[in-house]
Amino acid sequence: MKHIKFLFIGILFGIILVKSEVISWFRIQEMFRFQAFHMYGVIGTAVMVGALSIFLIKKLNLKSLDGSIINPKPKPFNKIGNVAGGILFGLGWALTGACPGPLYALVGSGYSTIFVALGSAILGALVYGILKNKLPH
Amino acid sequence: MIDLLTKPWPWHIAGPLIGLMVPALLLVGNKQFGISSTLRHVCAACIPNKADYFKYDWKSKLWSLVLALGVIVGGWIGTQALSNGENIIISTSTVSDLQELGINDFSSMLPTEIFNWENVLSTSGFLVLVLGGFLVGFGTRYANGCTSGHAIMGLSLLNIGSLAAVIGFFIGGLLMTHVILPLII
Repeated sequence: MKHIKFLFIGILFGIILVKSEVISWFRIQEMFRFQAFHMYGVIGTAVMVGALSIFLIKKLNLKSLDGSIINPKPKPFNKIGNVAGGILFGLGWALTGACPGPLYALVGSGYSTIFVALGSAILGALVYGILKNKLPH
Repeated sequence: MIDLLTKPWPWHIAGPLIGLMVPALLLVGNKQFGISSTLRHVCAACIPNKADYFKYDWKSKLWSLVLALGVIVGGWIGTQALSNGENIIISTSTVSDLQELGINDFSSMLPTEIFNWENVLSTSGFLVLVLGGFLVGFGTRYANGCTSGHAIMGLSLLNIGSLAAVIGFFIGGLLMTHVILPLII
């Protein structure tokens, strides 16, 4: 039950992904063909609001609900991993038209074939985990 | 009001709302926004294996699996209760580009020519759903983040590694869209 707040945040995120059509294969094609501003507008304003929020949280020393200090840590920069993994994900993103958030939202929307893509994504994570120590990062 | 909710939301509404996921998770639970790590947690929780990558206390990450469950429920609500049932309106040049590739059904979020069960075992269906999904899972874990964790959370933190990952996303996406996809659908 202590996680119910994350359920609500997830529900809001899912609704936004559907209503903004970010879950649409067509919108991703439009983005990678540079034929509309929509996706760039969505991602660009999301980053601006996210960055401004973090600035304000730090400036005002806001604490989390549990009273802990908020100090988000940037992920480490793995030069090969970030770029090579990024390229592989980009190839998959343009194929399926969905990144992980939209995969979940599409399943909920009732697009049953997306179960195949989500299952394959989980398999992809499994294979990465098994090969991790053999890959350059 | 209902009309405003059921029409597609423009980028200048949807983008800032997605951005608010960042402070919402920080303020509510001191958590960093990200979705693709759930793929790892599912493996750690459900698939017996020996890899070190999956040896951690996945139960401490339960919050993110609950978040993903919420996204599924939100997808259902958005589609069932908040949709006006109209066709998606995308750029006319995208429509004509896709028609040249044999895609003519623009009535749902996905092209039904590719995303249907009869097509799953054809070459194009297999490549899009099985290989595409695999690359999403493998790539986001190799890159240590996806569009939410790197593009939105990472760029919000002005993290250089996230910028490198996002550039990678676009290199892969452009290569697929313009070079490989026309060969396989």
